Amino acid sequence: MCLSIPSKVTEIDEHNNAVVDTMGVQRRVSLDLISEPVKVGEYVLIHVGYAMSKIDEEDAMESLKVYRELIEKMEELEVQEQRE
Amino acid sequence: MKMDLQLKDLFEGFRDPRVIRSLKSQIEQKAQKLDKKLYVMEVCGGHTHSIMKYGLGQILPENIEFVHGPGCPVCVMPKERIDQAIDLARMEDTILVTLGDMIRVPGSKYSLAQVRAQGADVRALYTPLDALKIAKENPEKNVVFFAIGFETTTPMSAALMEQLTQSGVQNLFLHINHVLVPPPIEAIMDSGDAKVNAFIAPSHVSVITGAKIYKPLSKRYGTPIVVAGFEPVDILESISMLADMALQNSDDTAIQYSRFVSDEGNLKAQKMIEKYMQTREHFRWRGLGDIPQSALKLRPEYARYDAEVRFAEHLSDTPVDDHKQCICGDILKARAKPFDCKVFGKACTPGTPLGSCMVSSEGACNAYFRFGNLTTEGQR
Ligand code: SF4
Repeated sequence: MCLSIPSKVTEIDEHNNAVVDTMGVQRRVSLDLISEPVKVGEYVLIHVGYAMSKIDEEDAMESLKVYRELIEKMEELEVQEQRE
Repeated sequence: MKMDLQLKDLFEGFRDPRVIRSLKSQIEQKAQKLDKKLYVMEVCGGHTHSIMKYGLGQILPENIEFVHGPGCPVCVMPKERIDQAIDLARMEDTILVTLGDMIRVPGSKYSLAQVRAQGADVRALYTPLDALKIAKENPEKNVVFFAIGFETTTPMSAALMEQLTQSGVQNLFLHINHVLVPPPIEAIMDSGDAKVNAFIAPSHVSVITGAKIYKPLSKRYGTPIVVAGFEPVDILESISMLADMALQNSDDTAIQYSRFVSDEGNLKAQKMIEKYMQTREHFRWRGLGDIPQSALKLRPEYARYDAEVRFAEHLSDTPVDDHKQCICGDILKARAKPFDCKVFGKACTPGTPLGSCMVSSEGACNAYFRFGNLTTEGQR
């Protein structure tokens, strides 16, 4: 029920509505609940026909980077274990 | 090297099994140092669903356990409120509209799906805004929007009110059942016998409210709280953070889901809610009973749009409790698991729910019923 989906903004019209792409599915959503400016190409979280927030892209990239490092560290450890 | 963020990264990056394995061993190391067992309540039904779907409970060490919380808006709706939706749907020349999840949930006798089969005009909406469209297309009828949901969905009802009051449309009314996250947490903790000593707080409620609403709770109960995303990596990273915080005896609130959640939240949405709604003195929660100041209603200035005021004479108001075998209350306090209920999977199934935690896929019993056979927890 509270599930919302990250989506990419592909169009914005003059009534403050946007078309978003959610992994191949196109949807029309209202931007009425967002105060900061939204641009085509940005990511928003959508819930029952509304964009409710913009993603902090830098923050997301930072998390993904940390996870990549975790994977690398783990794989190194596993290689070491195999050698031993 | 600067890489561009791709939409698929936002899904796959947070579900990667290698990251899950790595976080699992991180958590195991921290758990060895814990001097007491961590009972982590995931407040939100969306988390319950993810935890069961990905079997996250099974990969945690023995001394960290999930407790499934009350955060499923469909599950907590008492039967008398569903009866009211049915009363409204059965009025002459009326169209009752609501968000999909609610339609199959039985009230004291029927569900909205059943009264629709009997001829009532009940429609599921993709967005609350469609209620206004339906009202415009059907000027000779009354359209009632049965509004449900936590803080995530409340601003959309407020945005509908904003459009409605500006539109001049006279035949649309709202029946508000919006509920708040902190009061049921307080009710569970104040009961005195809950074993819960850490929380992962909802993802999308917090996008709207901000993490600030949990700070008083973490202080008051001396427990760490982490606002977590819905993906499996998000949840495990949050558990790892909670383990750290527990080791430091922290009574703070932290944010794991920082790509979408800030301390302040969505201030525009908060203002919109404030403009049209106020707290109710009381609301009866299915499974938890009466909790003061735990739900919202329209402000008296907007009584003209309030279905509870406008159609008061049509609405029944007899409290209807769950089956006496139901132990949902104990499940919420970590005193029992769904498997401990005598009627689980027998008399009580998703098709014939006897209690609140079975009624939607976000409820603990429902999730155990659907995913439980994949897990070992049944034998525990
Ligand atoms: S199985 Fe049904 S009756 Fe038993 S606790 Fe769960 S919801 Fe209640």
